[in-house]
Amino acid sequence: MYSLTSSRLMTGNEAVAYAVKQADVDFISAYPITPQTIIVERLSEYVSSGEVDAEFVPVESEHSALSACIGASLTGARVFTSTSSQGLALMHEVMYIASGLRCPIVMAVANRALSAPLNIHGDHSDIMGSRDSGWVLIFAENPQEVYDYIIQAFRLAEHPEVLLPVAVNLDGFTVSHSSEPVAVLEDAVVRSYLPRNPRPRLEYEEPSSFGVFALPSHYFEFKVEQERVLRRAGELVEEISRAYPNSHGRLVKLSKFNEDGRIAVICMGGTTGTVRHALKHHGLEDFSLISLKLFSPFPGKELLEALSEAEGVVVMDRATSPGAALPPLASNVAATLYEGGVSLPLLSVVYGLGGREPTLKMVLEMLDKAEERLRARGRAVSRMYLGYGGGVA
Amino acid sequence: MSRRPELLIPIVFEAGNTSLRKVANWRSNRPVIERRLCTNCLICWIYCPEPAIYMDNAGNVQIDYDHCKGCGICAEECPRKAIKMVMENV
Amino acid sequence: MQVSKLLDLYGREGLSPGHSACQGCGATIAVRQVLLAAEPPYIVVSPTGCLEVISTPYPYTAWRVPWVHVAFENAAAVASGIEAALRVLERKGLGRRHKIIVIGGDGGTFDIGLQAISGAFERGHDLLYVCYDNEAYMNTGIQRSAATPIGSVTTTTPAGKRERKKDIVSILVSHGSPYVATASPHLWKDLANKVRKAQSIEGPTFLHIVAPCPRGWYYDSSLTIKIAKLAVETRVFPIYEVENGKYRINYLISRPRPVEEYLRLQSRFAYLLRPENAALLEEFKRWVEERWNQLLKLAAAFPP
Repeated sequence: MYSLTSSRLMTGNEAVAYAVKQADVDFISAYPITPQTIIVERLSEYVSSGEVDAEFVPVESEHSALSACIGASLTGARVFTSTSSQGLALMHEVMYIASGLRCPIVMAVANRALSAPLNIHGDHSDIMGSRDSGWVLIFAENPQEVYDYIIQAFRLAEHPEVLLPVAVNLDGFTVSHSSEPVAVLEDAVVRSYLPRNPRPRLEYEEPSSFGVFALPSHYFEFKVEQERVLRRAGELVEEISRAYPNSHGRLVKLSKFNEDGRIAVICMGGTTGTVRHALKHHGLEDFSLISLKLFSPFPGKELLEALSEAEGVVVMDRATSPGAALPPLASNVAATLYEGGVSLPLLSVVYGLGGREPTLKMVLEMLDKAEERLRARGRAVSRMYLGYGGGVA
Repeated sequence: MSRRPELLIPIVFEAGNTSLRKVANWRSNRPVIERRLCTNCLICWIYCPEPAIYMDNAGNVQIDYDHCKGCGICAEECPRKAIKMVMENV
Repeated sequence: MQVSKLLDLYGREGLSPGHSACQGCGATIAVRQVLLAAEPPYIVVSPTGCLEVISTPYPYTAWRVPWVHVAFENAAAVASGIEAALRVLERKGLGRRHKIIVIGGDGGTFDIGLQAISGAFERGHDLLYVCYDNEAYMNTGIQRSAATPIGSVTTTTPAGKRERKKDIVSILVSHGSPYVATASPHLWKDLANKVRKAQSIEGPTFLHIVAPCPRGWYYDSSLTIKIAKLAVETRVFPIYEVENGKYRINYLISRPRPVEEYLRLQSRFAYLLRPENAALLEEFKRWVEERWNQLLKLAAAFPP
């Protein structure tokens, strides 16, 4: 049914731009920031060469980028932006408004560490700072997933039952700047996959007021409704991905590798590939890998199913939550286990901050120690910093 | 189709519906037009912050007492001094 | 089309009554007049502020025209997005272009929103930015802004502001805007025609309107128009326009009324008028005079 053109060698950033171009986007607004910049450079080229009929608004800050995107989205336009790190932090205020006003904006986040000290390299601290902003948060592992998820993100965001912004995350440099062959769909196939659904918009003949203020008598209901809709977006992932023309590229909430492994390793983003490689090529049959693609809404039900046979769980976070009980992914996993009445030993691993990429050797060492840590502490939580001080701390 | 009443979204689709809200109880003094002096020039209307002044079908300027807050600008600015502010009976 | 009489404007109301503006609110008079003059189809964008709060308490809206508010500092960026998006949607047959009118207070314009305004004006979006200037953060309870004049008491300048008001018009002229003008609601015809003119010009245009605030300026609510008039006739708020860099003073005040006439009606200047603060009063007068003289020079040097 689907038709693929020949593969193209693309970096993660180029895959984003190519998918956005094929999505027949109307409006792009962004501000340069490493490591996302190449996305907007490519899109500017597509706009200026006429390969995509869109307006590119080169704003004076990321705050204005997302603000312009909200304005554009409320006209009914298909809207895209991208950013990283400090840029995402500057957008923070506007992210809540984008979801509150139910704008189906798609954003690519080339994940990067937050200052200080300044660091341009990859980790997930930026997006985790906005994890409660009501966006759908997707993590891609490689340029192919980036391409497939960007296209599906538009379909999910603009679904009439959703109307929420979606962020597709790709690890800064390791995914954003690494080239891989990417199987791309024909333009026409992408277009027919992304129909234009009418939604409330700014129009003189139908004068509506957007962005009104709500007193305590109404605010709570809006926010609970938004949460319900975000959960609904999770339920609709299967529907929108089933319709995706390339069956190999369908967005899933999570994928499993080595299903029979007793100890589950949960990971998001580019590092998933390193872990999979370790399990595959080093005969680590005791371990399974759960690659989480959907972080928000958190797929608790699917995760519990995936963990039904597990005897222990290793959760890899590429961000810290200073002062919190656990880092973001681990805290979600722990809460899910608790809600499911499952008591499993959990090892929370923080890794890769500021671009300290976990090598295969580091991952193997981690897995080697993981079993011991999980057993030693019994049914409790233990912690590890992978790569800290040059090794496993 | 742009309306989606089944969705709970912070959008108000009913344009200008504050007119359903009565703000008359803000008022301590009410403007009263002295017909004899009024030329229906509309100066009171252009300076009204609400607007709580309109022309009736006969072309006569009227006060919308549901929405007049009694600021007194109309009485102050009327070139013919045709509007008096009268204390409300409480 | 020129506005010459009030009947040209009657029946074009963009704002409904029943909103929550204070009695005698100058901002709503200004906004009403802008909308009465505006040529459809248009979309209004507002930053956070008095206007936004008084007009849209969910489930109500005073707006009879399409309106959007996103946040405080980004109205010009939101407007940029709307303007550009409608351009492409029209091209694709998926929508149509509208005129864009941003209406914000002095806080959202002089202070927190200035960066987004600068960006939008530099990029040259086709929009009209209207600032209703009530010279302080009235929505949060009268705190000083860059638009607060020297000597004015606010809750954050209890001994009167020491700095001069920011010259917002010059800032926008410097951006190369094809049309920047000032207006006062007491001069409704001038205001209405400036809205029309601004809308007829392609590119980012700016209208700066004096908007007396009974609550924050401490005067009787019936005096709003009188005070706006005095602001103009004392040269405190000159009425002029700058079209493609050419200055025209629309109301040449040859014999200004004493500044004290304007100041005395407003208790925010009571401190300024105390004998021991004569130096501050002199500084206020110097500000008025210097600005007027500068304007005369600009009008002479760059005549229309």
